[in-house]
Amino acid sequence: MEPASSRQTASFPEPSLSEMARSAAHGEDSPYFAGWRAYDEDPYHPVTNPSGVIQMGLAENQVSFDLLEEYLREHQECGAGFRQNAVFQDYHGFRSFRMAMASFMEQISGGKARFDPERIVLTAGATAANELLMFILANPGDAILVPTPYYPGFDRDLRWRTGVNIVPVRCDSSTGFQVTAGALQAAYEDAAAAGRRVRGVLITNPSNPLGTTIERAVLEDILDFVARNSIHLISDEIYSGSVFALPDLVSVAELVEERAERGDHGIAGRVHVVYSLSKDLGIPGFRVGVVYSYNDAVVAAARRMSSFTLVSSQTQRMLAAMLADTAFAARYIRTNRDRLRERHDHVVAGLARAGVGCMRSNAGLFVWMDMRELLDEATVDGELRLWHRVMTESKLNVSPGSSCHCSEPGWFRVCFANISLEMLDVALRRMNCFMETWNQTRQQLDI
Amino acid sequence: MVGKLLPAASPPLSHVATSGSHGEDSPYFAGWRAYDDDPYDAVCNPSGVIQMGLAENQVSFDLLEGFLREHPEAAGWGGAADDSGVASFRDNALFQDYHGLKTFRKAMASFMEKIRGGKARFDPDRIVLTAGATAANELLTFILANPGDALLIPTPYYPGFDRDLRWRTGVNIVPVHCHSANGFQVTVAALEAAYEEAAAAGMRVGGVLLTNPSNPLGTTMERSVLEDVLDFVVRKNIHLISDEIYSGSVFATPDLVSVAELVESRPDVAERAHIVYSLSKDLGLPGFRVGVVYSYNDTVVTTARRMSSFTLVSSQTQKTLAAMLSDDAFAEEYIRTNRERLRVRHDHMVAGLARAGVPCLGGNAGLFVWMDMRRLLLGGGGEATVADELRLWDLMLQEVKLNISPGSSCHCSELGWFRVCFANMSLDTLDVALARMGRFMDRWNKATTLQEKH
Repeated sequence: MEPASSRQTASFPEPSLSEMARSAAHGEDSPYFAGWRAYDEDPYHPVTNPSGVIQMGLAENQVSFDLLEEYLREHQECGAGFRQNAVFQDYHGFRSFRMAMASFMEQISGGKARFDPERIVLTAGATAANELLMFILANPGDAILVPTPYYPGFDRDLRWRTGVNIVPVRCDSSTGFQVTAGALQAAYEDAAAAGRRVRGVLITNPSNPLGTTIERAVLEDILDFVARNSIHLISDEIYSGSVFALPDLVSVAELVEERAERGDHGIAGRVHVVYSLSKDLGIPGFRVGVVYSYNDAVVAAARRMSSFTLVSSQTQRMLAAMLADTAFAARYIRTNRDRLRERHDHVVAGLARAGVGCMRSNAGLFVWMDMRELLDEATVDGELRLWHRVMTESKLNVSPGSSCHCSEPGWFRVCFANISLEMLDVALRRMNCFMETWNQTRQQLDI
Repeated sequence: MVGKLLPAASPPLSHVATSGSHGEDSPYFAGWRAYDDDPYDAVCNPSGVIQMGLAENQVSFDLLEGFLREHPEAAGWGGAADDSGVASFRDNALFQDYHGLKTFRKAMASFMEKIRGGKARFDPDRIVLTAGATAANELLTFILANPGDALLIPTPYYPGFDRDLRWRTGVNIVPVHCHSANGFQVTVAALEAAYEEAAAAGMRVGGVLLTNPSNPLGTTMERSVLEDVLDFVVRKNIHLISDEIYSGSVFATPDLVSVAELVESRPDVAERAHIVYSLSKDLGLPGFRVGVVYSYNDTVVTTARRMSSFTLVSSQTQKTLAAMLSDDAFAEEYIRTNRERLRVRHDHMVAGLARAGVPCLGGNAGLFVWMDMRRLLLGGGGEATVADELRLWDLMLQEVKLNISPGSSCHCSELGWFRVCFANMSLDTLDVALARMGRFMDRWNKATTLQEKH
């Protein structure tokens, strides 16, 4: 959808754009996005395009809309107060909405963590929240340590306009991709060797793309690490409402409170949580993100900076009543979790029948599929060749682990909550066919 | 509350976080705080501060409310299998494409054309949506300039620019000084002087940023001046950003001459021209966060679109406003009525101030007047200083209980001017403010006369 080209300007010198504008740090040249484009060009439709690409590379949650729609139908007053609403551009956000968000976040944690509405800063999505924290916690040229595999969008969100570098904390299947103290230390030393000052660690918990929650002991190690090195910790908990099986999520919020009770107040100033309604409520279009910080200076700076990315007051008003309704929120959280678990189990079973394993997971909107055995060679190129085969033969847009900076080739993220159950079954059948073909080919080669 | 911060334990924050470039230490914001602490209310607090430092448009809400009452589907959603043509909740809630809703972009393009009386065309595919003009201006600065570069901005200018254009971008503002001798119009000499000042400071100039109609002046830029500015940016091979956020508030002649009009006849300008717009002023919807970057440069459009990921407009809001603004009859009636009401307010304000003996710059647009209080700074001999102006500002705030914005906070190179907003309150409140002003001027005149007699 490119704009109509401007008139011939060959004879006029063009003023330059900034280095930022010309850089490729917008990240759209990754296979992650190439797959989306392939889907856009040939989207599956059960009637009009049954052989089209099925989009399994988009981590959206479409399983629980009916609950939201029902609530809004029954509570028409969610749109009241137009005039006051329309002028409200205070970067503190509606108090009622912040209270509703704090309450919702507490309910998600099962009451194990407390959230103070005065520490909530609203941003237009978690994309903005993560970038905001980079601007606040790091200078251009500094480094953030991020465990791999990680969400491909971070390459743009954390780096593009901020000038901050990502240094990967390499995790692999030998530890179930859990972060280790050794990996953190190695990453820290990598940064130092490159002359980059480390400002913090950014974890996603539950993890995207793994779909797992971080073990309590690992989280404690990470907190000790940031304390020891006097750096920050950002915990992106955007999938916190999608934990559908044990173990329960252990949020950093819980650990900060526990440490405070034990007399350790020093850790709090380093800890910042990111949240959003895009995944748990399935409303990415409404742009609701949160920066939650235990550090007063960060809250103040974030609040001011949120001027560039405020949440529409119309949207705040609509959601405030819904999320403050604790009975509704509890029912939503519970039902959403159940449906995600069903979808997850269905996908895992379907893939198993096709002979494809997944990493054991308890959260998120995707599974981490193991196709290491299918690689012609255990390299990124080998993985991309395999990905290409999956795309062209079975028309499934799955996300290659290399686009998530996974250091072990052969893993793929497969989303299951953004399509109907029928479409999911079509996808699973295609995967079955793909594997049958693969096995037959291998048998023939073996002969 | 958990984890009260102990300073010794806090790891450092960035330079950006600890700089003062967020701009909130300016009198512009101090006045807002004074209002927040003691807000006027006709019944509960009749001696409270009247907020005249906030450029909001509250004169036309009833028109919007009327539309929403008659078209409830605009603010609601159709069913999942609905033939009404109204988007379902699901589809709307999922839509996070940084291209924005096509219907909304078309509606915005159409609205922008109507505002300019059809004198310019806007291509919906060149519209990039951002959460407000605040974000749009910052986005363009990130795209058109590197850290350390400069943007040339005619003074006086909107105080928020100090933060919006500089804070996170690291770009500098070099003022283009304008004076009352020619009605604060930009001159080529002033542009050249600013360019040289930047060069002398070792700064590469990325572009010129205009606000047209002007905030805080409330005037539109003359066609010949705009042509001069265009010639200047072509000569220097730099960019031009035209913030036209007040374009729908031109209530008297001369009509607005938008950069959009001139670009169509000037191919040398296209690749360097970018327009910022927003619904915050014309529709009075600052809370809904609707801003636009409109560029004639394809690369800028593509880059701005990608960058808008950090500042997307809520799809719920896009949907509601698409319905409203694509209703041609409604949009035209709104523009017409809104202008009319702003004119009435403006004229009422100017007449009231004139009766109090306070002149204003002749204005034809915006939500404010540029009030001339230079006379009150004179006396006692010698040159007036910024401190004198701030003393007068403080007097207005503490004694007269009017929060008005001192020209120095807008970087005006001439002291004694104040921006006074008239569209963010009821007519009754405005009359209270004018009465207070009248009494203040009476006291001042008497005190001055007494002094002169001695």
